[in-house]
Amino acid sequence: MTTAIEVNCTTGEVIERPLTADEIAANEAVAAQAEADRVAAEAEALVRANAKAALLVKLGITADEAALLLGGN
Amino acid sequence: MPSTYTLISSNVLTSSAASVTFSAIPATYTDLVLRISGRKDDSSVTSGVFFTVNGSSAANYSLRRLGSNGSTASSSGTTNNTEWYTSTSGNGATSNTYNNAEYYFANYASNANKTASAFEAMENNATTASIQTRAMLRSVTDAITSITLSDATSNWLSGSSFYLYGIKNS
Repeated sequence: MTTAIEVNCTTGEVIERPLTADEIAANEAVAAQAEADRVAAEAEALVRANAKAALLVKLGITADEAALLLGGN
Repeated sequence: MPSTYTLISSNVLTSSAASVTFSAIPATYTDLVLRISGRKDDSSVTSGVFFTVNGSSAANYSLRRLGSNGSTASSSGTTNNTEWYTSTSGNGATSNTYNNAEYYFANYASNANKTASAFEAMENNATTASIQTRAMLRSVTDAITSITLSDATSNWLSGSSFYLYGIKNS
């Protein structure tokens, strides 16, 4: 995780340089945020799935039967 | 291939790199096409790519994703994120297998918000191969002058290739 490559599209020059401390820190922050977003999305999906399952139990029907009622195929 | 489809610049990695940037992109085309054949050094089959433009990590990147990995179809979306989170092959894919991806930036030099589409295929000689498509929006009107492909946790492997094309509408 130490090298950055920059291709200058105007001059054709290719620069290979070490990542700066700021870039490394920024990458780490982005990674942490991305992981937090992923965890939040999974948690939301789980809540939705649980709510759907609970509703099916309450209605006494299966998921396939619910799809039929809603016009799904 | 239409004559308006012109290679602007390219890079084929001869050693691993954390990020690849195309800078000083000329504003003389109508659209941009970025073609990637990539593989990263983490152990997954499908690896993440942080996709940013103009060196900005401001929270104005949104996307909608639709994909499948051979057993599960899925979709997701992010709004006003600090990057477009896209995909390439990881080092857990079949050896020496690189993904194919195309990113299309429409009207990249205009003064409107920037939109793009993505198509990514992560080949793998197993059922966990995957395909992803994305509709992408950056809510900023600046012309796109640079594109960076990076990731906080893994490197692009040697052999990964990046080709940037310009398309003129006439």
